[in-house]
Amino acid sequence: MGVERAVRARGITKYYGDVVALDGVDLDIAAGQVHGLVGPNGAGKTTLLGLLLGLSGYDAGSLEILGAPTRRTLAVPDGVAGFVDGPGLYPALTARANLAALASLQRYGAGTAAAVDRALEDVGLGDVADDRVRGFSLGMRQRLGLAAALLTNPRLLVLDEPANGLDPAGRRHVHDVLTRLAGDGCAVVLSSHRMDDLAQLCAEVTLLTGGRVVFSGPMAKLAAESGVIDYRVVTASGDETVVRGVAALDALVARVIGDGGAIRELAPVVPPLEAAFLALTEGTRS
Amino acid sequence: MSTAIVEPAGPADRDEELPPARPAPLGAGYRFELTKLIAQWRMRGVLLACWLVPALFVGVVSRQSSLPSDTVFGRWMNATGWAGALVVLAFCCSWALPLLTSLVAGDAFAVEDRLGTWRHLLLAVRSPHRIFVAKTLASLTVILAMVVGLAVSGVVGGLVAVGNHPLVGLDGRSLDPGDAATRVLLAWLAVLMPTLAFAAIGLLGSIVLGRSPMGLLVPAVLALALNLLQLLPLPVMVRLALPSASFLTWRGLFTTPMQTGPLLVALVVDVAWAVVALAAAYWLFLRRDFAVLANDGGGRRALVAAVVPLAAVTGLSVLALALFSPASGAGIRKGQLEESLSTVFAHLYRMQTSELHQASVTEQQLAASTSCDKGGDLVDDVGPGNDWRCVVSWHVPGSSVVGQAIYQLDVTADGRYVADGDGPKEVNGFFTLHTADGDVPNPLWQVDGLVDLLNPTAQHSTKE
Repeated sequence: MGVERAVRARGITKYYGDVVALDGVDLDIAAGQVHGLVGPNGAGKTTLLGLLLGLSGYDAGSLEILGAPTRRTLAVPDGVAGFVDGPGLYPALTARANLAALASLQRYGAGTAAAVDRALEDVGLGDVADDRVRGFSLGMRQRLGLAAALLTNPRLLVLDEPANGLDPAGRRHVHDVLTRLAGDGCAVVLSSHRMDDLAQLCAEVTLLTGGRVVFSGPMAKLAAESGVIDYRVVTASGDETVVRGVAALDALVARVIGDGGAIRELAPVVPPLEAAFLALTEGTRS
Repeated sequence: MSTAIVEPAGPADRDEELPPARPAPLGAGYRFELTKLIAQWRMRGVLLACWLVPALFVGVVSRQSSLPSDTVFGRWMNATGWAGALVVLAFCCSWALPLLTSLVAGDAFAVEDRLGTWRHLLLAVRSPHRIFVAKTLASLTVILAMVVGLAVSGVVGGLVAVGNHPLVGLDGRSLDPGDAATRVLLAWLAVLMPTLAFAAIGLLGSIVLGRSPMGLLVPAVLALALNLLQLLPLPVMVRLALPSASFLTWRGLFTTPMQTGPLLVALVVDVAWAVVALAAAYWLFLRRDFAVLANDGGGRRALVAAVVPLAAVTGLSVLALALFSPASGAGIRKGQLEESLSTVFAHLYRMQTSELHQASVTEQQLAASTSCDKGGDLVDDVGPGNDWRCVVSWHVPGSSVVGQAIYQLDVTADGRYVADGDGPKEVNGFFTLHTADGDVPNPLWQVDGLVDLLNPTAQHSTKE
């Protein structure tokens, strides 16, 4: 099955003075794909998200957003929405007023009120629509930021740590919204430090470190980069053992079962995605 | 399942090429900025105060026996409602207007740094140019609403508390209520320009200093510094080249003829400050990199880019005034004071005779003249100070007698003076007059006057 490309970046390089923030970054994101962006602090994730949103230009390379070449600041086409470094909200305004102002700036005419209500309901904030944002928790602000992005009917949604401050129910709600959007053909670029979120949502992931892409591809392929993993095994008798690698794990399990015992718990000490992340980023550092 | 990404058609093949998203309409941006400003409780509180406090102040003070006579027109607050509006104006010019511009314009851009909303706003509006214009217009709208509130409230409070009576001008002439109303309106209009100049400086400070509290305080700190400078006996060309000059020169509207020279010069200087400050603010704002949150506009280069143009405006203004102004030095000369005090005295003498129910006289019949001396023989008769002593002489109508009255003058560097009567008691030595209707304030006891700093009259009168 072939799909349109939402983002195509080739050799993107961006400097801040003498500092190289992005160094020859290639990135492909298909329409309808949820794409994760991970990396240690200072890897260039925020810079890359800013470029996708059109918040700044770049110094070398080429970038196409929704099929339109972009180079200058604010040159991205309609249909791109999202936030970096948290949603921008005005605490003195109500949730509804924040969205209504945004709608009026983006030339919504008739139907603005309905669109605002729908966006608030989508993120589960319909009950607090007329409360001032000043009293909102971090999680509620994150959801309101997502509602602001939904208001624009995005075809490329760029979100920086959208699960910050969300409780499990709120996280599930946001996951559902993002999954539905992707199903409708919207490309979602998601930066997060939570590998479990990325594992649940993303089809593909790009790992940045030091402004360079060290991995880009399907999640399953990233897990395979994790190298030798330590596993923690707890038997029915309460014995806890940590073994390194699949072969040692197989041997241990066979022995326990052979002795007539049972396994109560078996899990990697560090999840594979996290292990892969650490292996790739530390490898780059060294 | 593998997903193949297909290359989108080239621009020539595509049904429609995707242009960059259009910027938000300026009107929508302006309304959004206005909404954000008004939504702040402190802004609503200040707006309410601007529309209520002056009326309450004027209403209460006008009914007291002790009036703020140190403030220009303060001594007339219980005589006419128009004086109250002018006392409010004088107070506003000293502190309130720079503080209001600080509160509104000084925070216009910094608030986005504080809230971390720049990226959101930029994505929503998609034009730094329109953001700048919308923020500037919204700030000026709120400031204008505050100034109008102060003016209307002061006038209404005065008219309700005291009434629509003639106002004594700074040359002693009695201005009928219609004339007084026109001049009060002109005076408030005159201070709009320096207010806008300070607002522009506030916007510039807000951009340059970002979330730093100093950004919020720039107009107030500048006003404080300029107020201190205005106390010094600076050369008149420096005094009028400062953006705060119009906060004082409106008083020239209350003489006949009006002292329009200093007022117009100060207004031109204000326009120059406003234009240069706004241009510098715009230039700096459009060069800001919003992708870097740590960069909130500050930095030595931005500071220099803000300060150098304004210093250049001041320098050029001083130079232009030095080349083209007829005045020199502090702008206060013996001849000017003598002429001014003679005029004030003659007008107020007529008022006194009227209050005493004596036969009416005219200024021409009085032919008042004044002789002034500053600080005795060892001091030049020039410049501000509280050591001026003047003797006013006039022809007593119907006789050959020449009356004389003594005044001690406190002349400030801005050209205003207060002449304190020193006798004789029957003329100017006592603060009340005994009339058939009871005791009334003696208009000749303490008088306010104003010399035109740009009037070249008798510029060479120094101590011989």
